[in-house]
Amino acid sequence: MLIGLALLGTGMTACSTASNEEGNAEATTTSEADVNVNQAPEAQAVAVNNEADQLTGYQVGDKATDFKLMGTDDKEHSLGDMADVKGYVITFTCNHCPYSVLYEDRLIDFHNAYAAKGYPVIAINPNDPRVQPEDSIELMKERAKEKSFPFLYLFDEGQAIYPQYGATRTPHVFLLDKDMVVRYIGAIDNNAREASAVTEKYLEKAIEALEAGQQPDPNFTKAVGCTIKAKKS
Amino acid sequence: MVAACGGTPTPNEATSTKNTPTEVAPRAVAVKQAHGIPMGSFDELEYLFHLDTDTTYIINFWATWCKPCVAELPYFEQLTAAYADQPVKVRLISLDFPKQIESRLLPFIEKNQLQSEVWVLDDPDANSWIDKVSPQWSGAIPATVVYRRDQRGFWEQSFESYEELNTIVKPFIKN
Repeated sequence: MLIGLALLGTGMTACSTASNEEGNAEATTTSEADVNVNQAPEAQAVAVNNEADQLTGYQVGDKATDFKLMGTDDKEHSLGDMADVKGYVITFTCNHCPYSVLYEDRLIDFHNAYAAKGYPVIAINPNDPRVQPEDSIELMKERAKEKSFPFLYLFDEGQAIYPQYGATRTPHVFLLDKDMVVRYIGAIDNNAREASAVTEKYLEKAIEALEAGQQPDPNFTKAVGCTIKAKKS
Repeated sequence: MVAACGGTPTPNEATSTKNTPTEVAPRAVAVKQAHGIPMGSFDELEYLFHLDTDTTYIINFWATWCKPCVAELPYFEQLTAAYADQPVKVRLISLDFPKQIESRLLPFIEKNQLQSEVWVLDDPDANSWIDKVSPQWSGAIPATVVYRRDQRGFWEQSFESYEELNTIVKPFIKN
């Protein structure tokens, strides 16, 4: 808990507070600081270096391997077990990340609209709960219940799956077709902050393209997100 | 460290003239200020990534809600202090949402007495600008750019010590 504050103190202890007054004058007039490093939503000060992982993983056109992962319904799930699907909306997401939370309602709506058309959302939490305690299977179950997730919410226990896909952040979407070939990688849309301000629905457009027998365009987009939290080796 | 404090630049000043008199926004762009913090779209802030001066710029993308970002901020602060007398500039580009500036970002800056410049990038269409920062960037934060003129590096990672951060910065600094 105190790691962050202690570190912020190092190297700065000799500096007088006077030098801050000008630059932060406005800050001092605000109400008492209610946010500090101890209250940041991400819980553990464990740094992650996933630089090597970014260079690997699937590209559009690659065939994805199946997996068997435990869900918040206490059952194991594999893509191959799903009947009558035309594709899979694999979404690496989690409980703690503010960007993931911003997309929860959109993912629910998305699943409700597209599962019946053959494109279910399959959410996977890739984080190690030893690094990010909010992303434990127990708390995943709570979140799934609170939000009544209509889609599977699976746990990448042991973190074997997300590196195969090449997920680097949450949320991070991989759209597979019925043959488990990756057809789109990236963002759900172009505005995490405001669903009402979205002007490009990348994922929806990609599925419409598949339905029309076309290649999604774009088939790769980027978005800001939280790093995937891996146990430091 | 003690000696460096006297040279601490005024934080959050869009156009510091300390080391870089030519460092101004091009095209007569007036960078907006939100509660004293310079804030803009990527188009408005893009010039920060292409300043043609002798200064080495260290640009870190972070947010108050991002724990690994917050954990490494002290090392960026140490850079600011350690290189206060040299042409080295640390800029912390916050991705906190504009409505969180007053409620979260300013209190955070105050609480932690940040000395490095803080800017806010207010541009939700991340797919349009992530590649302009670096094609290597997936979009996860923290992420850091270091450059001086045409020499440039990008790191999508956390730094786990001041030494680790300084090791990547050192080769850029003009002797």
